[in-house]
This record gives sequence, C-alpha cells and structure tokens, in this order.
Amino acid sequence: MRPRRDDTRLLTWLGAVTLVLVWASLTHAHVERGQAAGFVTGFGHPWSGFDHVLAMIAVGIWGAQLGAPELWLLQVIFPMVMAQGAFLGLIGLPLPGVEVGIALSALLLGAMVGGEVRPKLGVAVLLVGVFAVFHGHAHGTELPAGQSGLLYSMGFVIATGCLHGLGIALGLLHRWPAGKLALRGAGALIAVMGVLFLWRALI
Amino acid sequence: MSGPDRQPTWRQALGAGGALLLWPWYAEAHLVTTGLGPVYDGIGHLLMTPEDLLPVLALALCAGLQGAGSGRRVLSVLPSAWFVGGCVGLLAHGLPEFPLSALSLCILGTLTAVELPLSLPVVTALALGLGLGHGVLNGVAMQQAGTGVRGLLGSLAALVVLVALVAAGVVSLHEQWTRIAVRVAGSWMAAIGLLMLGWALRGGN
Repeated sequence: MRPRRDDTRLLTWLGAVTLVLVWASLTHAHVERGQAAGFVTGFGHPWSGFDHVLAMIAVGIWGAQLGAPELWLLQVIFPMVMAQGAFLGLIGLPLPGVEVGIALSALLLGAMVGGEVRPKLGVAVLLVGVFAVFHGHAHGTELPAGQSGLLYSMGFVIATGCLHGLGIALGLLHRWPAGKLALRGAGALIAVMGVLFLWRALI
Repeated sequence: MSGPDRQPTWRQALGAGGALLLWPWYAEAHLVTTGLGPVYDGIGHLLMTPEDLLPVLALALCAGLQGAGSGRRVLSVLPSAWFVGGCVGLLAHGLPEFPLSALSLCILGTLTAVELPLSLPVVTALALGLGLGHGVLNGVAMQQAGTGVRGLLGSLAALVVLVALVAAGVVSLHEQWTRIAVRVAGSWMAAIGLLMLGWALRGGN
C-alpha cells in the first residue's frame, strides 16, 4: 500500500514538532548533574553494547523481511516489553541467565534473518518479546542513579527505536535480489556473533 | 473488543486509573523564565517540561486515534480540568511525592499503543484525570515561581493549541502505516513511563 502524500507530510510535520519540543526541554536542562542525568547519556547507553546493537538491528531487519503487520507490530511490542524487563532490573528483581539470553537473542534473531524464516505472527512476537525482557533487564540493572529519570528514559527508548529504524532501513534492501542475499548474509553474520557472545557468556 | 461484557472491567480499570491520576505529586518548580512576563513563562513551562508535555501529547495521540469526537471531547474537558487543578495547586502548600507523570505515561501510552476502542465517557475520564492531576502540579509550580493565575493561563493556552494541533493531525491520518507510527510513539511513551516508575521505586529520581 503506497503512503498518501498528505499523510507522509503530516506525520513528518508531527514528528518535527515533537522533536523540537523534546529538544527544547533538553537544552533547558533541568537539574542535570552526574552522568546518568541527561538525555544524551540515556541515548548513548543502548549503543554501548555490541550484542544489544546487533540484536536490535536484527529485529528491524527481520521485521522488514516479514513485512506488514509483523514489521510494525514488533516495533510496538519490543519497547514496551523491554521496558518491563528494565523495570524488573530497576527494582532489583533478579533474572537468571541474562547474558545467555542476550547472546541467544543475537544467535536466534540472526538465524531468523539469515534463513528468512517466516513463522506465525504469535511465534515472532513471542520470540522478540522474550528476548526484549533480557535486553531490558540488562539495561535496567546498568542504569546508574541520576537526577532525571525522565530525560534518561527518553533518550534510552528513542535510541532503541533508532536502532530498530536502522534495521528497518537496512531491510529495505529486501526489495532487490542482491539485497535479499546481502541481508541473509548479514543475518548469518549476526548469528555467528551470537555464538561468540554465547561462548563468552558461558565461560 | 469493547463489547458490553467488557464494560464493567473497563469501569473498574478506569476508576483505578483515575484515582492514580488524581493522586497529587510533589512539584519541582523549574519554571521557565522567558523575560516576557508570566503568561509567556506559563507557555514556556508546559512546552519545556517533559513531565507535563509527554502525557499531554500521549492523550492527544490517543484521542486522535479514537476519532474526531474523542479529540473534541479532550479539547473541551482537558483545559477545563487543568484550570480547576491549577487553581487548587495555586492554593496548595506542598504535595506528597508520587510518580504521577510515570503513571500517566504508562496508562495513556499503552492505550495509544494497543489502540483499544474507547467510549466517550472513558476518554472524558482520562482527560479529567490528567487535567486535574497535572493541573495541580502546574498550579504549585506557578505559585512557587510567583507567576500566579497569569502563568497558569499561559500554560493553558499552550495546552489548547498543542492538543488541538496534535489530535486533529492524528484524526486526519488515513493510511494504516501512519496510524501504526502513532501507535509506535505510544509504545515509546509507555516504555518511558515504565522506566520512570522503576526509577521512582528504586529511589533514583
């Protein structure tokens, strides 16, 4: 379904207004002290772990391979479930095998992309949702104390969305035969990295 | 999804949500000083305070997805409730600590993300709860900054314009992918709210 021009313009406009409003609050800088206080620190956190980055990009690429509605549904579900995992981490509830879960996420999601696997919607949602809990929990336990939980959280969630967006953008290559092959290669590479992460987590 | 057999559950959820939203929270008086007077300070306060701005945006997105009727209802109820809450806040002397913004974002962000059909009374109650709760916070902030009712009126003006623009913009979206983009924004807001709640429970914020 081709996007209507009016809708695209309106959505761009809405996005721009939101960005300006959010940006203004950042420059106003409420009581920002310490590293964890700000939007920028929160925005940078999801990019700091290579395993997280690869898994989230894999979610985006897989969504692009699957097409609608999975493409959008995964992007709606992942942040919410990840935040639930982070919530558990923040309140100090332990989750066993977090590092193993994260490594498995890279391995399995990479394999899904590599094999261009098309499971049922429920299976795809379950797979992504379960791994989102592990990623969220790891982030939640790593969040240092700061002055502004809101700005940090905003940066953190937006960065996660950007990583998915990056994956979806890469997934656009799926339109071309060579692109399909490249994406499957990238998936296989992510799966191999997942094996390395798993090895590191188990040792 | 919203059949008659589901209504009692929704009423209970609404009651609980409304009670949570009405629970007062402590106010951080970080009012913006524009140098242009209290009305502009009030305008700047809403636009530069994400604790208020994000829940308002979430409600506008949610109402927009529900249709023009819900958008109009929010546009009429929210500012009125905000003003009443603001007047109460102007008279209040300090409030207990409570993560109101986090809860507002969790509830409104989730409702936006799942795009569950909501009846007009439910939308009205959400607008009422958000307006009263955040209005009280605004009123306290205005009182502590000394801008008084004029500051409150400024924030109210910004609120009306913001809600009207965003809700109308979402109502006019027709393509499925644009509406899903709004739902993704809702899921981000719910996630932010949940993280804030975790921070608050941990004592980090």
